[in-house]
Amino acid sequence: MLQRLHHYLHRHPTAAPGIVLALAVMVFGLLAGNRFLQPFNLSLVLQQVTIIGMLGVAQTLIILTAGIDLSVGAIMVLSSVVMGRLAVDFGWPPVISLILGLLVGVACGLANGVIVTRLRLPPFIVTLGTWNVFLALNLWYSRSQTIRAQDIEGAASLLQWTGRTIQVVGARFTVGSVLMVLLFGVVWYALTWTAWGKHVYATGDDRNAAELCGVRTDRVLVSVYTVAGLICAFAAWALIGRIGSVSPQAGLTANLDSITAVVIGGTSLFGGRGSVVGTLVGALIVGILRNGLALSGVELLWQEFAVGLLIIVAVALDQWIRRV
Amino acid sequence: MSPARNSPHLAILDARGLVKRFGRVTALDGADFELRPGEVLGVIGDNGAGKSTLIKVLSGALAPDAGDVRFNGKPVSFRNPLDARSAGIETVYQDLAVSPSLDIAENLFLGRERRAPGIMGTVFRRLDREGMHREARKRMSELGILTVTDFYQTVETLSGGQRQAVAVARAAVFGSRVIIMDEPTAALGVNEAARVLDLIRTVRDRGTPIVLVSHNMPHVWEVADRIHVHRLGKRAAVIRPSTHSMTDGVALMTGAMAPGDADGAAD
Repeated sequence: MLQRLHHYLHRHPTAAPGIVLALAVMVFGLLAGNRFLQPFNLSLVLQQVTIIGMLGVAQTLIILTAGIDLSVGAIMVLSSVVMGRLAVDFGWPPVISLILGLLVGVACGLANGVIVTRLRLPPFIVTLGTWNVFLALNLWYSRSQTIRAQDIEGAASLLQWTGRTIQVVGARFTVGSVLMVLLFGVVWYALTWTAWGKHVYATGDDRNAAELCGVRTDRVLVSVYTVAGLICAFAAWALIGRIGSVSPQAGLTANLDSITAVVIGGTSLFGGRGSVVGTLVGALIVGILRNGLALSGVELLWQEFAVGLLIIVAVALDQWIRRV
Repeated sequence: MSPARNSPHLAILDARGLVKRFGRVTALDGADFELRPGEVLGVIGDNGAGKSTLIKVLSGALAPDAGDVRFNGKPVSFRNPLDARSAGIETVYQDLAVSPSLDIAENLFLGRERRAPGIMGTVFRRLDREGMHREARKRMSELGILTVTDFYQTVETLSGGQRQAVAVARAAVFGSRVIIMDEPTAALGVNEAARVLDLIRTVRDRGTPIVLVSHNMPHVWEVADRIHVHRLGKRAAVIRPSTHSMTDGVALMTGAMAPGDADGAAD
């Protein structure tokens, strides 16, 4: 019985987080009752996980290659500051500001990828370094000042477009959360249905083997870090929509939260195993847990406590599933 | 028609006077090598004799300091294993170059995937997954290694022998002209090793010559047509299983028997 479950979970890596998500919804449905299960509340959870979900997509790509990116949050904040400053302080057209902001994300990701492959340093160290570098650039360029929501609304409402809400029978979705779901779809397709996706998995699985099979793993890695940078910049756009303003202090815990979503979603930190669908589920599990606990009247600090335990359980489960 | 017809000694892959030094250590000291069309050439030698360096030079993983390699009579210098592979020399490594979390067909086609026809393939770069699975099934059953029924199974769920079969099939399926196998039976049980040896014969009979590097004398004697004995960085002798016993082979390997004593050595 246990063995069959083991086998099943091994073949379907997103099954375990899926079961946990279903359980969480049921438990909080019983504990917090109607308030929790209302479409409005559930769509609120989706809004709450938008940023972490997007960064989680970027993080999944990198963790699949057996790397880790500590700089995703910093790339996001830096990109959002560039978008905001160009549009509001310098009065550039919003579209141009948005595109340049996205390019900043691409450049940051590219820098990570090139350093990882050329200098052959562990991604942990590289992105620990660039995290600080990007945050410093962010403080310098923003002059540590927040751009107020009203100013953005006046000069570049395009940047807040991602915060616009769409009503569907009681549920309220933001453009940002819809974009997040689309992003998951696109990256899922790329990972499952294209040669690039297979090469990402092969590189994370066993880099030497992939190289011997003719996969140019350096290129794969650079492309993965670059795409991750771009996704972080998209998250920056969603961030402006979500909080309305541009703040150099925003999203400081986003790095670790994105790793949490990936890990709870069943993607292995050792690379080569997992999926973005798992990450979406992982982000939703964390969102549901926080939301449900809050509605049940549990203090914030105990929510953190619960998330912490969940991470450890998820990784322990992953270790068990990995054993063939 | 194969050139072997009119000149039976024309080698498909040969090397003369290979030298490779690592600092003060001379791993190859003027080594010669010759692989003929349609044969299984065993390569034996003691640890440290320079076998793996020889194989790495032939498969493009190392560049020799001196000497030349000819492939089909033409001089070649491979800069990396990919170079050698695109020329038609496939190497199956001891530590199995497969990706455990990909499935069988994905492994076979790794690095040479096929895209779906039409706009899905060109614009959306969608893989022709069904086509690749069909092809994998067909090719592997031709090689007589269709022991697995589910080609969507990930490679990590396969046994050691089945993984080896996937690695060999990778090399054999795509029209390579030479296959180098480094210790293919080392990690396998008796039955699985026997199956891999069968596979080696099948591939040879289909016309692809094979270089079989192995420590396992019975395996070498079972499938090899000729045996290259490597000692102290050079080729000490080339013998045939029909004329020399394993004891002779070991004696040549260790230097207990001088190459000159190996009467009737394969010409």
